[in-house]
Amino acid sequence: MADPTGFLKYPRRLPPRRPVPVRIRDWREVYPPAPDDLVREQATRCMDCGIPFCHDGCPLGNRIPDWNDLVRGGDWEAAAEVLHATNNFPEFTGRLCPAPCEAACVLGINQAPVTIKQVEVEIANRAGPPAPRPGRSRTGRRVAVVGSGPAGLAAAQQLARAGHEVTVYERDDAPGGLLRYGIPDFKLEKHHVDRRLAQLRGEGVRFETGVHVGVDLSAARLRAEHDAVLLACGALRGRDLTATPGRSLAGIHLAMEHLVAANRVVAGKAHGFPPSLDAAGRHVVIVGGGDTAADCLGVAHRQGAASVTQLDLYPRPPEERDLDRDPWPTWPWILRTYPAHEEGGERVFAVAVQAFVGDGAGRVRAVRIAEVTVARRDGRRLVTPVPGTERELRADLVLLAIGFEGTDAGPALAQLGLSVTDRGTVDCGPDWQTGADGVFVAGDMHRGASLIVWAIAEGRAAAAAIHAYLGGEGRLPAPVTPAARPLALR
Amino acid sequence: MASANLQPRRPSRRRQGLYDPAYEHDACGFAFVADLRGRRSHDIVANGLAALRRLDHRGARGAEPDTGDGAGILLQVPDAFYREVVDFPLPPSGEYATGLVFLPTAEADEARAVQVLQKYAQAEGAEILGWRDVPVEPDDLGATAEAARPRIRQLFLSAHRDGARLAGLDLDRVAFCVRKQVERETRERGVAAYFPSLSARTVVYKGMLTPQQLGSFYPDLRDPRVRSAIALVHSRFSTNTFPSWPLAHPYRFVAHNGEINTIRGNRNWMAAREALLNSHLIPGDLRRLLPVCTPGASDSANFDEVLELLHLAGRSLPHAVLMMIPEAWENDPDMDPAVRAFYRFHACLMEPWDGPAAVAFSDGTVVGAVLDRNGLRPGRWWRTSDDLVVLASEAGVLDLDPASVVAKGRLRPGRMFLVDTAAGRIVSDEEIKAELAAAHPYQEWLDAGLTHLADLPAPAHVGGRPARRGDAESLVRRQQMFGYTEEEFKLLLGPMARDGAEPVGSMGTDTPISPLSRRPRLLYDYLHQLFAQVTNPPLDAIREELVTSLSMTIGPEGNLLEPGPASCRQIVLPYPVIDNDELARILAINEDGDRPGFRAVRICGLYRVRDGAAGIRSRLVEICRRVSEVIEEGARILVLSDRGATADLAPIPSLLLTAAVHQHLVREQTRTQVALVVESGDCREVHHVAVLIGYGAAAVNPYLALESIEHMAATGALPVPPATAVRNYVTALGKGLLKIMSKMGISTVSSYCGAQVFEAIGLDPTLVERYFTGTASRIGGIGLEGIHAEVAARHARAYGADPGERAHRRLDPGGEYQWRRDGELHLFNPETVFLLQHATRSRQYEVFRRYTSTVDSLAAAGGSLRGLFQLREGVRPPVPLDEVEPASSIVRRFSTGAMSYGSISAEAHETLAIAMNRLGGRSNSGEGGEDPDRLYDPMRRSAVKQIASGRFGVTTEYLVNATDLQIKMAQGAKPGEGGQLPGAKVWPWIARTRHATPGVGLISPPPHHDIYSIEDLAQLIYDLRNVNPTARVHVKLVAEVGVGTVAAGVAKAKADVILISGHDGGTGASPLNSLKHAGAPWELGLAETQQTLLRNNLRDRVTVQVDGQLKTGRDVVVAALLGAEEYGFATAPLIVSGCVMMRVCHLDTCPVGIATQNPELRARFTGKPEFVENFFLFLAEEVREWLARLGFRSLDEAIGHAELLDVRPAVDHWKGRGLDLSALLHVPETSGPRRRTSAPRHDLDGALDHELIAACGPALADGTPVRVRRAVRNEHRSVGAMLGGEVTRRFGGKGLPDDTIEVTLHGTAGQSFGAFVPAGVTLRLYGDANDYVGKGLSGGRLVIRPDPAAPFAAEEHIIAGNTILYGATGGELYCRGRVGERFAVRNSGAVAVVEGVGDHGCEYMTGGRVVVLGPIGRNFAAGMSGGVAFVWRLDPALVNRGLVDLEPVSPSERLELRDLIERHHEETGSVVAARLLARWPAAVEEFTAVVPREYRRVTKIMQAAEAAGRDVDTAVMAEVLQG
Repeated sequence: MADPTGFLKYPRRLPPRRPVPVRIRDWREVYPPAPDDLVREQATRCMDCGIPFCHDGCPLGNRIPDWNDLVRGGDWEAAAEVLHATNNFPEFTGRLCPAPCEAACVLGINQAPVTIKQVEVEIANRAGPPAPRPGRSRTGRRVAVVGSGPAGLAAAQQLARAGHEVTVYERDDAPGGLLRYGIPDFKLEKHHVDRRLAQLRGEGVRFETGVHVGVDLSAARLRAEHDAVLLACGALRGRDLTATPGRSLAGIHLAMEHLVAANRVVAGKAHGFPPSLDAAGRHVVIVGGGDTAADCLGVAHRQGAASVTQLDLYPRPPEERDLDRDPWPTWPWILRTYPAHEEGGERVFAVAVQAFVGDGAGRVRAVRIAEVTVARRDGRRLVTPVPGTERELRADLVLLAIGFEGTDAGPALAQLGLSVTDRGTVDCGPDWQTGADGVFVAGDMHRGASLIVWAIAEGRAAAAAIHAYLGGEGRLPAPVTPAARPLALR
Repeated sequence: MASANLQPRRPSRRRQGLYDPAYEHDACGFAFVADLRGRRSHDIVANGLAALRRLDHRGARGAEPDTGDGAGILLQVPDAFYREVVDFPLPPSGEYATGLVFLPTAEADEARAVQVLQKYAQAEGAEILGWRDVPVEPDDLGATAEAARPRIRQLFLSAHRDGARLAGLDLDRVAFCVRKQVERETRERGVAAYFPSLSARTVVYKGMLTPQQLGSFYPDLRDPRVRSAIALVHSRFSTNTFPSWPLAHPYRFVAHNGEINTIRGNRNWMAAREALLNSHLIPGDLRRLLPVCTPGASDSANFDEVLELLHLAGRSLPHAVLMMIPEAWENDPDMDPAVRAFYRFHACLMEPWDGPAAVAFSDGTVVGAVLDRNGLRPGRWWRTSDDLVVLASEAGVLDLDPASVVAKGRLRPGRMFLVDTAAGRIVSDEEIKAELAAAHPYQEWLDAGLTHLADLPAPAHVGGRPARRGDAESLVRRQQMFGYTEEEFKLLLGPMARDGAEPVGSMGTDTPISPLSRRPRLLYDYLHQLFAQVTNPPLDAIREELVTSLSMTIGPEGNLLEPGPASCRQIVLPYPVIDNDELARILAINEDGDRPGFRAVRICGLYRVRDGAAGIRSRLVEICRRVSEVIEEGARILVLSDRGATADLAPIPSLLLTAAVHQHLVREQTRTQVALVVESGDCREVHHVAVLIGYGAAAVNPYLALESIEHMAATGALPVPPATAVRNYVTALGKGLLKIMSKMGISTVSSYCGAQVFEAIGLDPTLVERYFTGTASRIGGIGLEGIHAEVAARHARAYGADPGERAHRRLDPGGEYQWRRDGELHLFNPETVFLLQHATRSRQYEVFRRYTSTVDSLAAAGGSLRGLFQLREGVRPPVPLDEVEPASSIVRRFSTGAMSYGSISAEAHETLAIAMNRLGGRSNSGEGGEDPDRLYDPMRRSAVKQIASGRFGVTTEYLVNATDLQIKMAQGAKPGEGGQLPGAKVWPWIARTRHATPGVGLISPPPHHDIYSIEDLAQLIYDLRNVNPTARVHVKLVAEVGVGTVAAGVAKAKADVILISGHDGGTGASPLNSLKHAGAPWELGLAETQQTLLRNNLRDRVTVQVDGQLKTGRDVVVAALLGAEEYGFATAPLIVSGCVMMRVCHLDTCPVGIATQNPELRARFTGKPEFVENFFLFLAEEVREWLARLGFRSLDEAIGHAELLDVRPAVDHWKGRGLDLSALLHVPETSGPRRRTSAPRHDLDGALDHELIAACGPALADGTPVRVRRAVRNEHRSVGAMLGGEVTRRFGGKGLPDDTIEVTLHGTAGQSFGAFVPAGVTLRLYGDANDYVGKGLSGGRLVIRPDPAAPFAAEEHIIAGNTILYGATGGELYCRGRVGERFAVRNSGAVAVVEGVGDHGCEYMTGGRVVVLGPIGRNFAAGMSGGVAFVWRLDPALVNRGLVDLEPVSPSERLELRDLIERHHEETGSVVAARLLARWPAAVEEFTAVVPREYRRVTKIMQAAEAAGRDVDTAVMAEVLQG
């Protein structure tokens, strides 16, 4: 019953973000709440497609046309019901997901896609604090979930609702994984996480924080004490530039070090930024062009950086989809301008760090960069500097945001007799079970660093597999298989 | 070594593979000649035979030209002749019965048959007087007919009662008893004796003969001593070529032209009635004569048998006929109340035997004919001054002196024409009916007997009414129990409750058929709707609502043969869907003891779910036992209910419950004692209601759907209050049901009830045999185990502890109509759409292979039947790829689907055309004409031009500029339905090519109004062939059980190409139930067609094409192996052009510029011909690879090699295991080729146009005016069409200057006189004409006036037949006299003046001017959306005011009208016109203008815009889109 002509009547519109000068003075989210009529108008643009590619583009299989239609009609409650049916944490994904759904939106073929992500977060906001929905009966089966990121939490919630006794182990001092200390508050204020955790607790999930499985607690013992174990420890081993001359100079850090430190301060867990990681007054160079880099950028500005430069290996992407390279509905390589980019800083494309230059006192003073070309040969990336293009960039603080190389949960894996792949991930069978009986894996630890929606999807699917493994009645929803990949040309 | 069979193989009528003789159809021409005063003469016989010969073109021949489908004649017993030729004494005339007997040819068999005869003659007290060997001259019989020729002898017998010799009717009753028993027993013993007739009054000579052969085969008929006052003749056109002598007409009382659509239900109900049959007139216990309807006999034969029984039991023949074929009395306010009471009373006794039927009948004294309520068969009569009366399917079958013809007329819908030779007069329809109606006080009986549902008291306490709990959880649980999905609420129930109509969808269906779906499906989904195509027409229940009825009476029936006041003690149900309140009234019907005859009992249809299938089986046994008990105890209404499920008890599917009880009662012969009302939780769609009623329910209470809708409305999910929502929903179900009935051409719910017009796909034959007896189920499928598993899965969802359901997810999302990840499988999903688009746009064959392998594996997972086949490699040695025919030759076999310009944009339409023209394949114009700019551009034109029921844009110019012509009989997405293009989609450029008005909606009727039966199709093919002799003519059919037989008929009708479409084909707009539930997969239809054509030796003369969701090279190869030579694609090339399966074609909002006319959206079209070329070249490449692997060098080699297909060893999921596809792979044993090998056999030689063209040489050369004069006969069909084609080919669409060619003809013109005649050609006919005058008239001028010698007043008599000016786009027609039904149907531009029209005049007209200077029939202007009709002395009650207003003639129109009448007078010498002109202008006040409202509105806008100097098109569309 969608309005078939909505997309012809309204252009895509997003609510205005908070003004830059105001927002960079605090750590609060950059989006103010959107008015009802704007969201409803935007939902009306949804064409209720015969094949909703968005619904496929989303690993969770969010029933986007259905809740768009409900929002159009103003039935926020029913929309929330439909949204929660496939997505455990829309308040997170609505803020953090880069929205492959929008890339796949059919409107995107020839005009701006529906503001799916905005509609999603508005539904989640209006749904209010989620009430616990505990399972009706208890199975008496015990499941340990290692890691409290989105994959672990999604699995924990699904399993608890199915009546299992679930304990989540988190090595940090508070649950949430990357959501807790990896993502800055200006993207996700932590009360959302806390509220969700309270719901999970209400559904019977127990949390053991400060327990580093593999270090504080033997993974083998954990397995012995539970009927099943899910490993969802993420892929936190940051990629480094160890071979680059000058890497050992002070002032060069992995992005995560910077983000976690900053977030802990904002969370009140620490007083003042550690001087080595504080961007205040410094010329900051961020190496890398992705989401993490953008997070560092936003943090650096809020810390009061003197300048921020972001280096990207690749040339400047086009503003719009290159149809030959990335035909619709695949995820396009385009210039992504995040709110952090609006706040300042310079983006330099097609350059690579040739060396870090010290100030003579053991601290970095500059980075030497060269323009490069990037090619791919036999699946390997070949970066070739363009002769004569080397130059220096002033840098007091260098943050390396060039990706992740897989899990850092080595000890736990060793205790379970598991090994990691070349990519640093943990393999599993079609039932999400690793080589160790009753030990399952999900999320980035399995897939490698990926999107939050993939993490939740894997968490849900692994929960379904664990439920089946435990002989549970019925079936839990499993939106993805371990081998699932986004629609792509390869 | 097997012994060689030297005998020529005789094709048998046995069931084999997918062929089943039960689906044979026939149609025909008939005639009778009678002497009004009863004077017997041989002239009558000779005239009968002469008339028969002139109906030759209505019959057909088999594979051999000298084997006819059947011909016969019924005469009064020629006593004097027989007396002379037999060598034994005969009693006085009338005191002996005689008749031909078809006996076995083997002597021993014959002897045994005769023994049986002697036994029963003795038992019945009859005396065999003697035998006569009937002389025959079989020399010119075809081999097939000869091989099947029985031994033909003639029997004479007499009988006595109380010492007196019986005579006439009394003797006939004894003969009947003998005959019935002999036929049954000899049939059972395998020595069948068949009696064409056995009567003291009439005798029938017939056989598997051509009309010419009848007289020569039986010398008796040529003997001048054979004299009769009545000769009733019939020429048969059957859809097969199997030898059958008994199937020729006439039967004992009737000759029938048409079909009985409701035959299955009629047979069932007759069987059910047998227990109560009793007659004091027919001697002895009737049970020995049962069954009434001979099993395996044709519909006509069964009709004859029932008619015979009713007649012999005491009703006059006219009475019995009217009982079986009542006119449409239900909605006729003008009918005489006594006649209405007569019909209403008889409706309590018997449901109509619904046509399309014209039946001629005779008992030897009266001879008459009747048309059914729809009037879809032609019939014309005339009387001479010498009291000779002739009635025939056509005018002109006897050459009579025009001066001797004193009266002429036509058969009219629901009316009877009767000649009483004893009384020596023609009895009028009114008189017959008035007399019958006065025979009993029917109205008094009805007043005493009938109770209306609304008059039943509301129950004192709400017994059985559900406590309205408002408990949403309970509602959800019950919804889960019955498998409701979110999608159903969103797409079906919600819209029905909101709008009161079933929602419309678009594109085809690409989900698995039920037995292949991994999801639990409702039992309803296993039954596919059948529909009418070719051999009978669907009807338009909206525009022709007056012939329909949703009301029926329920209650116990009595003895059919001796009715009385008690026979109508019944309850009138006005509507087949009842709400909870009405159900409560029914349940409480005898609560206060007022209606003792009417106890209602509710039967609980639950079973213990843990008992599984055995639980259902034993519950059904228990239920049947219980049902018999309560009937015994006096229950007369059974409410079959699935309420009250619990954690332990699950509902038996309502359909199974209903069908099981229905069949049980039919078997027990108590079915007519009770009515079945179904209280159903699972019933929610219109299809569900239709299936329940089709399997015996009288009414359905879909309580859970009603409750769900109330809940939706109460919670604000619907914009209407609960009571309105429920009312809308019930209305939508009823309207939807009517539409489903109409697809089969069934008009009344009482005929639909129990008619079982469904095909089971995916049900186990044992299950079907037991519970759905008589339903076709050809590929096996699930039994009770499967049904239980599906119920249990739903039950577990409702009551189980499935944790997944607890959190959030209330109902299954569905995903049938719109793709959902956790919903039903679709072959086109995001991945396959993406891969296909990318492969063809980036020209990467590897990506294409990824696409095909993904689709093929989805197909193997259940996406399609063909997915279950394995291609058997290694049977033949593989062939190197480079030896296989090149892709460039394979692509020539590809075509794109018929998508009209209008349904898709110019950009999309031309993209496909250009691609196909470059490849040498064929694109299809669809129904909507073609821009002249494209017609002459070899790159942009559509090679195939479609002719569909709307005939939009079908001009002569369109037809001559075509490589192929395609007649669309049905369309996969909505077989049996018409279409509608809403005004907002008729953009100016669309209006121009369709010859319509911008902004005004267009309607395509469900049937072709010139094709109501197979011989009509042959006529249209003949018309088209005349216009364009070089084009191949296609006939497009949709797969359903019996399509093979229809295809055989089409081959005999001389089509070149038969296209079999799958049920899954696409559409721009179709009701959702049709998309999902009508028709069958093409694999079944194609295999059946191939097998039937092979068995009939017809395969070599036609090309078989297939379409329906073909997507991959594998699909093409499977189709080839099953027998198709050519392959059509629609959805896939659209996707290649950018379609993303939005399924919004019907909304004009296609966001990729394909299915839209909106310029803003069209600008978004990104398709290119190259992409489409890539697609077909890739596809051909893949076909090559398959061929190489299978060991074929070309597609031709592979065609029909079904033995290279194998059924997957194990279908790998629980539901598919019961499937047995082996019948699809059957290859009939025949040495004939498996594909087309012979050149087309055309029959244009006899066309008068050859002479006309020769005579028109100068005009054709350079436009020099020419005058031609000729005589014409009814056998000269399509006069002017070939000439018109020639003119158009040479001079284009504008034709020649007016009157360049003037042809004057004398006589009776055959059908389609003046069809497709273009401007510059004038045909003047002195005499009269048959049906389809001016069909597709494209600018020419036709004038018809009576022969100058005719003595009668022209304006009071018929001058031309039915369906005149069908699809005319321009030109003029003047008829001095009256014309038949459906005058100017779908006229979009011609101007016509006539002096009276039949029913449904100006139906669906969209343009032009019609002047009627005489009476009109009923339902005038139905669906008329354009043009204006001026009617003199209009009776407003006869106008269908749905779309039109009645207005005085406006000042500007007055001039136009006068001008037209003057021209009419000038051309025809019309007396009426002269009188009117003499009284002008006073006379103009007596005219009424019939003007379509929308047309008037748009014309005014146009005029205003023109006056203001604004762009007319813009002004119109702005207004229309706004309004």
